[in-house]
Amino acid sequence: MTLINLAGVNKHFGDYHALRDIDLNIHQGEFFSLLGPSGCGKTTLLRVIAGFEDPDSGSLHIDGRGMAGVGPNLRPTNMVFQSYAIFPHLSVAENVGFGLRRSAMSKPDKARAVGEALEMVGLGGYGNRAANALSGGQRQRVALARALILKPKVLLLDEPLSALDKKIREQMQVELMKLQREVGITFILVTHDQEEALVMSDRIAVMFEGGIGQLDDPETLYRRPATERVAGFIGMMNFLRGQVTSTGAEIEVEVEGLGRCRVPAEQAPGGVSAGAVSVGIRPETLSLLFEGERTDRMEVAGRVDEVVYYGDMTYYDVAVDGIEKPLTLSMKNLIGRPVLDVGMPTRVAWDERSLVLLGR
Amino acid sequence: MRGLRFYAIAYLVFLYAPIALLPLFAFNDADIIAFPLSGGTTRWFAELTQSASLLDAARNSLIIAATTAVLSTVLGVCAARAATMADWPLKRPMMGLIMLPLVLPEIIVAVSLLVLAVQVFGLGLSNTTIIAAHTLICMPFSIAVLNGAFQNLDPALEEAALDLGETRLSAFRLVLLPLVMPGIVSSLLISFTISLDEFIIAFFLSGANPTMPVYIWGLLRFPGQLPVVMALGTILVALSIVLLTIAEIMRRRGLKRAGLRDRGGFL
Amino acid sequence: MARAALTAGGKRGLILVSPPFLYALLLLAVPLATILLFSFWTQDYLDIDTRFTIANYVEAFGDPLYMQLLRRSLLIAGAVTLVTVVLAFPIAYFVSFHVAPARKSLWLFLITIPFWTSYLIRVFLWKVILGYNGVLNSSLLGVGLIDEPLSVILYNANAVVITLAHAFAPFAILPIFVALEKIDRSLLEASMDLGETRVTTFLRVTLPLAMPGVVAAVLIVFIPTIGDYVTPRLVGGPDGLMIANMIQTQFLKLNNAPMGATLAILAMLSVTAVSLVFIWLNRRWLRGPK
Repeated sequence: MTLINLAGVNKHFGDYHALRDIDLNIHQGEFFSLLGPSGCGKTTLLRVIAGFEDPDSGSLHIDGRGMAGVGPNLRPTNMVFQSYAIFPHLSVAENVGFGLRRSAMSKPDKARAVGEALEMVGLGGYGNRAANALSGGQRQRVALARALILKPKVLLLDEPLSALDKKIREQMQVELMKLQREVGITFILVTHDQEEALVMSDRIAVMFEGGIGQLDDPETLYRRPATERVAGFIGMMNFLRGQVTSTGAEIEVEVEGLGRCRVPAEQAPGGVSAGAVSVGIRPETLSLLFEGERTDRMEVAGRVDEVVYYGDMTYYDVAVDGIEKPLTLSMKNLIGRPVLDVGMPTRVAWDERSLVLLGR
Repeated sequence: MRGLRFYAIAYLVFLYAPIALLPLFAFNDADIIAFPLSGGTTRWFAELTQSASLLDAARNSLIIAATTAVLSTVLGVCAARAATMADWPLKRPMMGLIMLPLVLPEIIVAVSLLVLAVQVFGLGLSNTTIIAAHTLICMPFSIAVLNGAFQNLDPALEEAALDLGETRLSAFRLVLLPLVMPGIVSSLLISFTISLDEFIIAFFLSGANPTMPVYIWGLLRFPGQLPVVMALGTILVALSIVLLTIAEIMRRRGLKRAGLRDRGGFL
Repeated sequence: MARAALTAGGKRGLILVSPPFLYALLLLAVPLATILLFSFWTQDYLDIDTRFTIANYVEAFGDPLYMQLLRRSLLIAGAVTLVTVVLAFPIAYFVSFHVAPARKSLWLFLITIPFWTSYLIRVFLWKVILGYNGVLNSSLLGVGLIDEPLSVILYNANAVVITLAHAFAPFAILPIFVALEKIDRSLLEASMDLGETRVTTFLRVTLPLAMPGVVAAVLIVFIPTIGDYVTPRLVGGPDGLMIANMIQTQFLKLNNAPMGATLAILAMLSVTAVSLVFIWLNRRWLRGPK
């Protein structure tokens, strides 16, 4: 069920076209992410939904209601700001209860609601602390509690995890997901970190330069990116040059170094026409064949160009005859498995089913 | 570097030396201001309390200073809020005009207002003209202090308040005002002090009732009155120092409340 | 530079800034325009002749008295500025580089307090100090350093310079301090790492980067000093009078408002001209932005 509908939304800042004809539907109860590099317009879009920016054209409906002329204080949305915006002159409890000031609840009811909200974010008992004496992670939870206590239809999160240390960030990602399932409302997250988006979201809108490049669930985005840009932004991708020789339910493509391949049309999610095309292969779909190893799959010969050790994985760059750039592939560091040196000759196993034909 | 520290101390002594003379000679039992000292007395202070015209001048100055402080701070809050939180066409020239009195010699301000009030509009001179002029010159100082206070605020704080249901006005009252309150208090105290001490404009625009500095100026003609002036000066300087210490304590407390680092001074 | 478009936030800002702006327009811009107008009129006792004329300006440039007064005012203001800024720089440097951060605001507070006390009283104190029977002379006589009281220290231009330098000291310290604080300390470390000594680092890195603060300090002292009235009156004697005293005389004693206005305009113009020359010279010398 659609909760938020944006149609033809445009926004300019002076000469700068920040949002270009955005059409978007966000469903009730989903964890939705706006993902993209800096300057792509994702934060602007979030602020349009929140009511801090007015679109120059187009419409926004939340739960069937038009939001034109409705200020941020009257919308069924609440926001967690990138800087958390915790009121430094108030205590934690006063911060969390701030939005209840105008409600008709009695004082004891308000106090109870604040207590419950703090419990929900894991800060039970912190009510009397001074807000400006908290750590970054704690402030973020206060910001969450403060927004959720008002039971909004939509929770908007503006890069909430970017200021946190890596370990805490990963912890919070899981906690946010659990929180969203528990509370059951729609979450809209803005982030530039594609891993974060993949981990937490039900659906992701990848944005570039004010427009939406692709809108899909994480798995589809990862395995079937529509364009080179999306493919390159999410995860690592090898790009090979190819020539499409015939299209239809099955596509014939001549790939540099790999020869002639036949792939079903789903492996060209953006659609292709005859002629030059970019062929993507994810590193984890390629395997290094060690001395004496055999495989049913296709193989090509090459030489190790670069070795990068990551602890649980090792990434290899392998220069293959006929392919312009070295192929990057990853191998799990299993016990007993050797790590090759730079310069050693080797073979790479690959599968037609892992090819993705990309539009421009 | 020890040489530099010595210089710094010497500099401070040079700054304070003249002021230190005030209490020294205010309690000195002599008619002229010169060394050697001749014993203590409080008769100069006693003379102060008996002067009706002095008390009138003092009351005048206080009324003018208090009114100026309030007006200057209110206008200053408007200008500082606008300047730190928004941009509009012609912003820089407009702010430039408002801040201009900082770099104009006061005599120019005094003279031009005198001409306008008296020669053009035929208005009489009174406390009101002085209040108007003092507010004009205090406004830039208020704005300088309040700019700092507003700039230290996270702009997201106001947006958060709006997001949580407040209107612009109530967001200002509940979130911004408490956080800039130390700046407001500083602005009030600074404007008050400036107005209290200001001479040239008051001299040009005084009506029948002189302000304190104008009154002192009158006293300076009479050599016999010099010790009394020292006594008066001692009180005024002590008062200024107390007010400013309070302003500084408030400023520091404000910074602590907002959880910010102290970068020194009103700047 | 492109003009900002008027956004919703900008409109709110414009509305909010209009009370103070209109206030400044009415009480500053309009009066200034008025005295400009007056400088082109003439006054005979109490009647103002509003026919446009440049007679006042002719008289001002022609009469050696006015020009001498203006020149003296510029020189005194220049001397005050030089003394004040040169003396202020080491203090600003000291507080910025040799005082622990926790103590900096205390030092600044101590430095600025004298500035907030009554200007009139402070000038008067210098009169008392420098006088024939004053504090300085009586202590020097008492200690035996001199046989007769010095008369060269009061009622002349020297006294004016000393008094004003004292009064405006904190004005000069603060802008220099702010500029010095902004200097990234790692720049100095990089300079020494590249082979410079502490002295040459100061000359090649610190001083140029502090220049905007020095320029600000120069202007903040020079401009108000020209128009000072009280100090020349109290300690200047006949040789130490400055242009503001003459302006006052024209207005309040001679009933010649147009002439007073003319002198005021000339004073403002010369100040602006000197300031602009100074800023331009600085820009050329530094070749840097701002």
